[in-house]
Amino acid sequence: MTEQQGSGETITGAQSLIRSLEAAGVTDIFGIPGGAILPAYDPLMDSSIRHILVRHEQGAGHAAQGYASASGRVGVCMATSGPGATNLVTPIADAHMDSVPMVAITGQVGAAMIGTDAFQEADIRGITMPITKHNFLVTDPAEIPMKIAEAFHIASTGRPGPVLVDVTKSALQATTSYQWPTELNLPGYRPVTRPHAKQIREAARLMLESRKPVLYVGGGTIRSGASKELLALAELTGIPVVTTLMARGAFPDSHPQHLGMPGMHGTVAAVGALQKSDLIISLGARFDDRVTGNLDSFAPHAKIIHADIDPAEIGKNRFTDVPIVGDVREVLIDLVTTLRTEQDAGNTGDYEGWVAFCAGMKQQYPVGYDTPETGLSPQYVIERLGVLSGPDTIYTAGVGQHQMWAAHYVKYERPNTWINSGGLGTMGFAVPGAMGAKVAMPDQTVWAIDGDGCFQMTNQELATCAINDIPIKVAIINNESLGMVRQWQTLFYNSRYSNTDLHSKRIPDFVKLADAYGCVGLSCDSPADVDATIQKAMEINDVPVVVDFRVHRDAMVWPMVAAGTSNDEIQYARDLAPQFDEDDV
Amino acid sequence: MAQHTLSVLVENKPGVLARISALFSRRGFNIESLAVGPTEHAEISRMTIVVNVDESPLEQVTKQLNKLVEVIKIVELDAASSVTRELVMVKVGATADNRGEVLDITQLFKAKVIDVASDAITMQVVGNSDKIADLLRVLEPFGIRELVQSGMVAISRGSRSISERGKPVAVPVPPAANA
Repeated sequence: MTEQQGSGETITGAQSLIRSLEAAGVTDIFGIPGGAILPAYDPLMDSSIRHILVRHEQGAGHAAQGYASASGRVGVCMATSGPGATNLVTPIADAHMDSVPMVAITGQVGAAMIGTDAFQEADIRGITMPITKHNFLVTDPAEIPMKIAEAFHIASTGRPGPVLVDVTKSALQATTSYQWPTELNLPGYRPVTRPHAKQIREAARLMLESRKPVLYVGGGTIRSGASKELLALAELTGIPVVTTLMARGAFPDSHPQHLGMPGMHGTVAAVGALQKSDLIISLGARFDDRVTGNLDSFAPHAKIIHADIDPAEIGKNRFTDVPIVGDVREVLIDLVTTLRTEQDAGNTGDYEGWVAFCAGMKQQYPVGYDTPETGLSPQYVIERLGVLSGPDTIYTAGVGQHQMWAAHYVKYERPNTWINSGGLGTMGFAVPGAMGAKVAMPDQTVWAIDGDGCFQMTNQELATCAINDIPIKVAIINNESLGMVRQWQTLFYNSRYSNTDLHSKRIPDFVKLADAYGCVGLSCDSPADVDATIQKAMEINDVPVVVDFRVHRDAMVWPMVAAGTSNDEIQYARDLAPQFDEDDV
Repeated sequence: MAQHTLSVLVENKPGVLARISALFSRRGFNIESLAVGPTEHAEISRMTIVVNVDESPLEQVTKQLNKLVEVIKIVELDAASSVTRELVMVKVGATADNRGEVLDITQLFKAKVIDVASDAITMQVVGNSDKIADLLRVLEPFGIRELVQSGMVAISRGSRSISERGKPVAVPVPPAANA
């Protein structure tokens, strides 16, 4: 598009939109056309952009998220006005919570009809104000290139997030001159990426003084591409590492310093290390309630170094001793440099007893599960899937028990290989998320680890996958119930199972459903067949594969900290609290 | 809890007021007073927002406001180094018998009569919150029939202006174009 860059030739707003998207580097869009966005779909047909026609706009949004999370590039989805746009609300909110760089393009009714309750009119800019990083309503076709350029800049820089551009049909139909901007005018948007040297020195000082430090690694470490730098800091200092649900893969699970995932369903070692630490070094994490449990009793003796690109996260939930505003990668580079200089001068931290204590917790309380006498254990299925498919595979998940098991029992070694809905907790994320990831990274195997409840929320995208040669693999962990809700009913509602029985071993027949969608359907209900079934699924790479793993329904996610209670109350298994020997610390 | 006055410079664009008021409501903060108007730069509007919060939530409000792309700058104005003013227009009962008393009060408060009817006087007064509260207390016995009050506006003392302009951002090269 370079020759048109400054030409200012006369074209339609719709052509200008598509040309702008090309200029912004877009190669793939997930979407569905409709009345108001229709003008844009005509020039889209002749463009260099691959448009993937999904079956529901929610699928388009989650696919854009999966695409972005797998590749680090901005994911793009497109929908028409009214219901098309409102169907994007869930993925937009999801992307906002998990800081996913995404641009959503929506059609809007003609400018003259705005506010008249016109057919398929919804104030999507107003609706998405609280769930976007920013959004625009474009009524003037001349503004299209500038707004698209701004949208991609805002979505992908600073703390990434979703940006919605709502374009009126009248702007798409009008003629305009196209000119890709050379500079943006965003006087109120200046994300700070370089950390302050004084804060780095102060952080390094606290780290050297500390006796019980923990590196609390969040999703920001993945978004900033800081895994290498994290490894350097961890190995330089020897400090134990925990990775949150959003950060699984940021630090290799095989690394001896890795204590696993903290939080409500975190490992005993990760939760225990944070609770007993005297210094938490938070890297792109946000002290979410699912990590801290009851905030007042969270890590009561710990000082906090909080590094985040978003200043509003610092001190939001927990008082911070050393705030560092900056990109996690740059923070890590500076910390490593400073600590290396200290080390050369003979100053190192003394963490020996602490490291041994953490290693002891990790050894004594590994994640584990009971194998049922009959039937198939869901944890076993996921564990074998992780082993057989390996760490180069991209795994997506829905939300619930299967998600927690996938976070624990698949061993992640690389960033961007674990993609899930963390903050919003959107059931149905896995299949469209996997579709997006596979489009972005076609050479990698993509497994959606899904629940039978989640799967039934978005499984229509199997049609999209089958038709568009997007051969994802889906493992349905079918316990024929809304498993996590059922687990809470078991624990907190006297096993009264109100409306959690889905009967999904009877209806639908997932194998037939897969077949109906042009996918290969497999099923497995015995531990003896798990490996062979996974192998079979791994051998099929021309069409999507759906495996119905019919697991027993009473498995529960452990460890667990009951909602609202202190992390000190962690249970390793039901009614089984870990014993820490405080003298070892 | 203490009262804080924030001066917020925003881009003069449609929807910016909705963004700001929605932010306060969704983060659970109450706005005591809000005034919006143009500034010396046509493309910049200025909001004066008065909030009643503790120090730590105030920091959170400010940070959240700063995240809004159209918010350019936020300055907290403290009472000592700034001047605050509100405008109130009040319609008060005043018959031939007590009109003189009402007019005396008008003079005392440097208020200005803007309309007179046979049984009422409408006046305007400009001042800080205390002065306006005092005036209303004194007028109360005459019967306040109607009252309309602006939000507070505030400006810092001294010669410096809070509205300095920033530089534009260069358009980054998209990752795909590099590949």
